[in-house]
Amino acid sequence: MNAVTTFAPVSAEIFLAAAVCVVLLVDLFLPERRRVLSFWLAMAALLGTAATLLYTAPDGRLVVLQGAYVTDPLSQLLKLFTCGVVAVTFLYSRDHLRQRGLFKGEYYVLSLVATLGIFAMISARSMLSLYLGLELMSLSLYTMVAFNRDSPLAAEAAMKYFVLGAIATGCFLYGTSILYGVTGTFDLGELAQRAAEMDTLGLPLLVGLSFILVGVAFKFGAVPFHMWLPDVYQGASTPVTLFIATAAKIASLAMIVRVLVEGLGPLQSSWSDMLAVLAVLSMAVGNIVAIAQTNLKRMLAYSTISHVGFILFGILAGTAAGLQAAIYYTLAYVIMSGAAFGMIILLSREGFEADQLDDFRGLNARSPWFAALMLIVMFSMAGVPPLLGFYAKFSVLAAVVEVGRTWLAVAGVLFSVIGAFYYLRIVKLMYFDAPTDQSPLIAGRDFRVVLSLNGLAVLALGIFPQALIGLAVRALG
Amino acid sequence: MPTSMPLLSILIWLPILGGVAVLAIGDRRAALARSVTLGVSVLALLASVPLWTRFDPTTAAMQFTERAAWIPAFDAWYHLGVDGISMPLILLTTFITVLVVIAGWDTIKSRPAQYFASFLILEGIMIGVFAALDALLFYVFWEAMLIPMFIIIGIWGGARRVYATLKFFLYTFLGSVFMLVALIYLRFEAGSYAILDLHQLPLGITQQTLIFLAFLAAFAVKVPMWPVHTWLPDAHVEAPTGGSVILAAIMLKMGGYGFLRFSLPITPDASHALDWLLIGLSLIGIVYIGFVALVQNDMKKLIAYSSIAHMGFVTLGFFIAWRIMANTGAPDGIVMGLQGGMIQMISHGLISGALFLCVGVLYDRMHSREISAYGGVANTMPKFAAFMVLFAMANAGLPGTSGFIGEFFVILASFKASIWYALLAGTTLVLGAAYTLWMVKRVLYGEVANEQVAALQDLGRREFVVLGILAFAVLLLGLWPAPLVDAMAATLQGLADHMVQSKL
Repeated sequence: MNAVTTFAPVSAEIFLAAAVCVVLLVDLFLPERRRVLSFWLAMAALLGTAATLLYTAPDGRLVVLQGAYVTDPLSQLLKLFTCGVVAVTFLYSRDHLRQRGLFKGEYYVLSLVATLGIFAMISARSMLSLYLGLELMSLSLYTMVAFNRDSPLAAEAAMKYFVLGAIATGCFLYGTSILYGVTGTFDLGELAQRAAEMDTLGLPLLVGLSFILVGVAFKFGAVPFHMWLPDVYQGASTPVTLFIATAAKIASLAMIVRVLVEGLGPLQSSWSDMLAVLAVLSMAVGNIVAIAQTNLKRMLAYSTISHVGFILFGILAGTAAGLQAAIYYTLAYVIMSGAAFGMIILLSREGFEADQLDDFRGLNARSPWFAALMLIVMFSMAGVPPLLGFYAKFSVLAAVVEVGRTWLAVAGVLFSVIGAFYYLRIVKLMYFDAPTDQSPLIAGRDFRVVLSLNGLAVLALGIFPQALIGLAVRALG
Repeated sequence: MPTSMPLLSILIWLPILGGVAVLAIGDRRAALARSVTLGVSVLALLASVPLWTRFDPTTAAMQFTERAAWIPAFDAWYHLGVDGISMPLILLTTFITVLVVIAGWDTIKSRPAQYFASFLILEGIMIGVFAALDALLFYVFWEAMLIPMFIIIGIWGGARRVYATLKFFLYTFLGSVFMLVALIYLRFEAGSYAILDLHQLPLGITQQTLIFLAFLAAFAVKVPMWPVHTWLPDAHVEAPTGGSVILAAIMLKMGGYGFLRFSLPITPDASHALDWLLIGLSLIGIVYIGFVALVQNDMKKLIAYSSIAHMGFVTLGFFIAWRIMANTGAPDGIVMGLQGGMIQMISHGLISGALFLCVGVLYDRMHSREISAYGGVANTMPKFAAFMVLFAMANAGLPGTSGFIGEFFVILASFKASIWYALLAGTTLVLGAAYTLWMVKRVLYGEVANEQVAALQDLGRREFVVLGILAFAVLLLGLWPAPLVDAMAATLQGLADHMVQSKL
């Protein structure tokens, strides 16, 4: 194999890594008033990466770099989606960062490095490359959370995130080492083969699996490994929360797909029950505790936890339809939470974060258009048709019913009824209450347009769900 | 009009897109928003007329069908069609919506464009519920309905509107999600979401029972049946007049429609095995809720409870079938029960809508729904009093009004099952007359109670037109129900034949 065929499939990653260096270097020499150039360079880097991805799209599945790296339609889809959401994140956060004196090149460099880490996780074909990507992303994220260094809340959140994250990564590594000891390989494909040949109920395999599951559950934020999530969502500045809620969720999905489904697929009967417990707990804790929140970012954090429960439903079904559903759910969630956090950024202004529930009071009187969009997003998250979130829920429920676990589906729908309450409360605040804050919404035209498109996508993909579910179906071939 | 015209799609999407247009017009140009709303709703009414005129009453098959790929990944289709059950309900929807728009013409002062847009969007979604032949599509419309209603009660409702609308939403949402799980389960059993395929699906008795209970959770809440009716008095009392009218006239009918479209044909054996439960709940609803209505001080609450009692007749008529079979050994009379239930639904849609509009007329003038705040209204509002008395009589089941036909059919059918059912159901003739007429007496007759009543203005032209049209419809249906009965006959006969055949 010559260099071209080896490196062509990873050219997008190479391009991104080079682009990060360029952004870093250029930013160093930029005067403060030209800082916006870093933003445009970062956007260009994402655009270039996406273009490279499209240009080098393989026909089928391609394993390169001595089996450490894989490109397939799934990785293409997730990477392109990541590029998109990171670009949207940059756009949402530009003015927000500027108003708070955080408009620095490091934000873009760290975000792009995290994106690179996410790419590595998406394409990981070996436990080591997965770990590498995970750390690349996590370390960047820890720093990004602490980015607002004058905020004690951010520092606390970053500390929590870092310590707990390190423990989780440790668990993951420990599990990996046990698996290596049992099977003698890091390669996920070989791992699956060996595991299939062995007694899949053997203790060493199960211990390794459990530790890996802890790591995965932590990154996803599944109960009982969710403690960091509300604090980080609340403490980090909204643009960083947005990044963690969107791009990082795609990474978590990739991690669970690569490790559990592809690597430890033969152990499905073991991890599927573990995931069922995690999923139901996540739905219960996420939906019930969210009701008690007064901070919108914290509420959305608990809402994330409950959505993770649904994503796990799709995975634990262990079928192709279930995997499709989990991917679909994740993409749907990313679109919805992008819009929700975008809305928080829209309402915030200098010295005012708009992260309290009460800050949405009377939004319909201030801006009927954005209130309607937030209404769409909230009903969608609650799982009310004809909005995107409903079909996402529907697809994972169908997946568990198909494998005969109808009672899990019943639990899922019951908790989503409980969850509907806190989403409805936002709608109530926006529509039924009078505004306490009359200041006009200030945002650039590009921000308004993209946020509107983002919100409308939730509606449009609800009326024509095939557009998004079709992507998930095609990604799995 | 060419036959290939997608009539049902037009009926669904014209109001929805019209609603979006009205939203875009905005509250600042309220007059334009109102006119557009009226135009769209009248157009929808006109578009629904061909459903009636070109309907073939000789067949139980679906008509005006449309089928297009919608979500291939889930094997869900955009599949529409109507039969003798859904066609009258769609006409009722388009008819009532126009009246609601006229009734809200200048009584809605705050955010009029959003108000009218909500009703238009709601109209399209409700028609979608009745027209959907794909279970997933049905569910989407079924749940989507909650969003505009949540907004309508929450923004334009009374003092406790937030409580009422949250209760309404969560209650119905909780009921519906069980239906979703049942529909998903059925899809994997039948390999299709087509409702007509589900009708033919053989199912064991345990499966049927669980599915039946899941459906029951959704439909019983919607009807509503005792004891899951508690959301209704709150929602009705707090909703603005238009919201109450739509709730009572159409949304409650969806529960009944669900029984006919899903429960009876998909799970006939479970319906048979559990008919004691449904009959029992219906009779409790008729008798007990009748007494509850008697003691209400709030006019809207009284009508709300009266609605629950009247809807009890609907479910009684639907589920009496197997008792008739057991008692008489022949399936005659089953159709009569079904017909009675259906006529009761249409007629209750007209009457309860009219009564809520009457209360709305009074409320707009006095801002009180308390019966005790009124007295002697007939002295100052003679035209209004005439209408209200007519609707009250219809509500009490006076022969010659539509209210009589449905109750008569159902009681007649219950006689074939057991005289006790008929006797208990018959108490409504006493109770219904008691609570409705007593209310009328206290509100309309006697001395003029206070200065406010003395200062009341009689009906304006707009109000007169709305109530006049409804009065005409109530009398027409009461004196000449044949067209409605004929339109439904073949479909209900087909359903009756289907549901008495065991799937086991």
